[in-house]
Amino acid sequence: MTAIPLGVPRRLVEFTLDGQEARVPEGSTILDACRAAGKDVPTLCEGDTLTPKNACRVCVVDVEGARTLAPACSRRAEPGMVVRTDTERARHSRKVVLELLASSVDLSTTPSVAQWLTEYEAKPDRFGPDAARVDEAPRVDNDLYVRDYGKCILCYKCVDACGDQWQNSFAISVSGRGFDARISVEHDGPLTDSACVYCGNCIEVCPTGALSFKSEYDMRAAGTWDEERQTETTTVCAYCGVGCNLTLHLQDNEIVKVTSPHDNPVTHGNLCIKGRFGYQHVQNRD
Amino acid sequence: MDLRFGDGKPTDEERAAVDALLGPPESSWEGADRSDADLRWARGGREARDRRDQLLPALHALNDRVGWISEGALDYVCRRLTVPPAEAYGVATFYAMFSVRPRPATVLHVCTDLACTAAGASRLCAAVESRLGPESGVKVERSPCLGLCERAPATLVIRAGESARPAFEDEAVQAEGGSGGAAPGGGNGKGRRGRNTLHATAICAPATPDRAIPAATAPESAPTEPAPEAAVPQTGDPGLTLLHRIGTVDPASLDDYRAHGGYTALRRAFGLGPAAVIREVTDAGLVGRGGAAFPTGRKWQATAAQPDHPHYLVCNADESEPGTFKDRVLMEGDPYALVEAMTIAAYATGAHQGHLYLRGEYPRALARLTHAVEQARTRGLLGDDILGQGYAFDIEIRRGAGAYICGEETALFNSIEGHRGEPRSKPPFPVEKGLFGKPTVENNVETLVNVLPILTMGAEAYAAIGTPTSTGPKLFCVSGTVARPGVYELPFGATLGELLALAGVRDNLRAVLLGGAAGGFVRPDELDIPLTFEGTREAGTTLGSGVVMAFDDTVPLPRLLLRIAEFFRDESCGQCVPCRVGTVRQEEALHRIVDRTGAGAAGDITLLREVGRAMRDASICGLGQTAWNAVESAIDRLGAYE
Repeated sequence: MTAIPLGVPRRLVEFTLDGQEARVPEGSTILDACRAAGKDVPTLCEGDTLTPKNACRVCVVDVEGARTLAPACSRRAEPGMVVRTDTERARHSRKVVLELLASSVDLSTTPSVAQWLTEYEAKPDRFGPDAARVDEAPRVDNDLYVRDYGKCILCYKCVDACGDQWQNSFAISVSGRGFDARISVEHDGPLTDSACVYCGNCIEVCPTGALSFKSEYDMRAAGTWDEERQTETTTVCAYCGVGCNLTLHLQDNEIVKVTSPHDNPVTHGNLCIKGRFGYQHVQNRD
Repeated sequence: MDLRFGDGKPTDEERAAVDALLGPPESSWEGADRSDADLRWARGGREARDRRDQLLPALHALNDRVGWISEGALDYVCRRLTVPPAEAYGVATFYAMFSVRPRPATVLHVCTDLACTAAGASRLCAAVESRLGPESGVKVERSPCLGLCERAPATLVIRAGESARPAFEDEAVQAEGGSGGAAPGGGNGKGRRGRNTLHATAICAPATPDRAIPAATAPESAPTEPAPEAAVPQTGDPGLTLLHRIGTVDPASLDDYRAHGGYTALRRAFGLGPAAVIREVTDAGLVGRGGAAFPTGRKWQATAAQPDHPHYLVCNADESEPGTFKDRVLMEGDPYALVEAMTIAAYATGAHQGHLYLRGEYPRALARLTHAVEQARTRGLLGDDILGQGYAFDIEIRRGAGAYICGEETALFNSIEGHRGEPRSKPPFPVEKGLFGKPTVENNVETLVNVLPILTMGAEAYAAIGTPTSTGPKLFCVSGTVARPGVYELPFGATLGELLALAGVRDNLRAVLLGGAAGGFVRPDELDIPLTFEGTREAGTTLGSGVVMAFDDTVPLPRLLLRIAEFFRDESCGQCVPCRVGTVRQEEALHRIVDRTGAGAAGDITLLREVGRAMRDASICGLGQTAWNAVESAIDRLGAYE
């Protein structure tokens, strides 16, 4: 039986969201309210299992009386607040943020972004062919996962998942500054010389595919990766007694990657190296 | 915390530099050689982690001694402080003054910012670079504003190592220190508590290749800087309030400070009590002088009222806005005034610990304040029982390491705490959750120094100075093409023209930059703008931190704009997308149109406007929000590219 903690009943906060009365539990963010109301606000750096970092600024909304736009993912709803999610000002910022990102990194494996680029009429090409990009060769320094900096939007989710929010390995951090900032291990070395324990929880939260299973990376390179042909099966990890849920992604009856359901009350999507990467014995057919 | 450390070992020198700051390690858990006893007890835990705020000072200790931060040295610091090596690497690579690659012990920082560019910094830079080759043992680095705009072009030499003279060997401090017994850097190279302060600095400004190169090759024997009052053209004017002691008081002598009215304000504060001090400051109408113009009394009241304890006081002396040097002059010329003002602010807001975050490029200000704090401590003006009133307060000086963003209040907290100097999102505001997550009042140097006249002359008399909504005196940093650049003190309400006339503005004035790189340009026919917060706002510009930089028509405007864009690109912390990528796109567009006008530039100007608007609306902090201001004003007001 799964115990669902009910907690102390929370008061409701009333505010105005796009002209409608909205009532959300105290402590909810504007994004929570938007989602409850069925509104689609784009997000990239927001993660359902992490504290919002509000670094990408793609979820900005207009709060009446504020000098600047507010990130919906982290700004809490306050009584009497008047929030508009679809003003010209908010749409303009979202459009430019999408253009800035798409012109500087490869978003081809970022879910939903193609649809947002169309929706906001973003034209990343208008910065010209010489616009600076994060052009770095993917780092393949171990057999389990690949770091492709050309796809990294610096959302900080991997750093938070590796650090005190989940794994407490503290293997990665942001180094450098400004456009030259990168996620790196100490001394910018290979993962094999770092504190990485290969739990893969950073891959779990990566929104752009900058971190990916080596298996996925190799299949993409070979042109054989095809999500249409993949099925997902959620099961229980057989290694120890914790009972983490695993979602096995299968293509042609082969496990190609492993994720974990984020709504699992025990693990919240986190696994260890065995659950994440130790699946080879399952398909050992000798 | 179960941390993994690499195999790198520090050299003896690196170990000594860190141990001089932190004391010797107590066990192998902290980096000492392993003994049998270490296998029986695990040491560390919360107590060790709580020293995270020593990370930046430890990196400074290494940089001062060795000139760069090696893998072994960084790992040793991490062991000593229980900091994950990846995070420490992230911190070390955040600051421009640190290097994680080997470099010569001597670095010559050549300012290439606005006032220095206008004064020929690019020629100077090319000349010193060609003459200081790899064999010279000097690395030339182009630097953002060094805060020496009144003596442009400016250079700063920093030499690491034991043979170098102590940083704060300074004629005035040394004289006082020699007689007072507590000699800072008095021969053995050890400052207070045995801290290692061995590294040499020399400022050469105005610099020529013939003066900068000897200073770089032998900073120990470089001529001393001119006295701080050289930057105050009004010295001796009896009407001065904030600057009146500069040039007349010995900045090293506490007795001289007291003889010139020092510590009367603190006595009055003790007489009034904290609540009444806040009332005085509120009634005086004092607003922050760092650029944001927030009412100081309101900030103090909000902090004082917080039930959470302890409360902290932070003085923001990370003066990095290009063109700003008023705080440097105040700290160099009248350091005890800041110590007294911080004591009053802390008393009013219930803080017992103050941090003075001083930018790393100000060696003389650091020397004088270090000395002033020590003197005040030995004389009972800081410590457990100030003036016998039973009130305890002390000041810790923290040195920045080359990051404009650390002047943003929450980035400054992160920097002190030993994290990357990235701004936090607000709310919560610092008055509620600031330094170490506790209620914190943070004020700029000039703001704090204004508290002294408020208490000595009374709120009413102070509020009578200036205009009804911008009260008191204001410092202006005038530089560029004027005959007498420097810090000027005028009551709020004087016009831009009056100030420029005082500084001796030259003919052919093309533009005036108000408020620094984050401010805006105005035209030469707009000199009747009153220099008040409301007056500049009405005129569609900003007073900012009080920068007034004049440019004549010999300075190509597009080059200046490009330099401003480069500055923001370099100084963006990289946390949020609009600023991290937007500042790059802004610079690229300005590059494309640097020699274009009219229709040839129109497309890129549209692009600049769109990116600029998103940076202003969607960036996390003031850096990104203002990164487009000056460029926009140059396009709209000055007709650049027309």
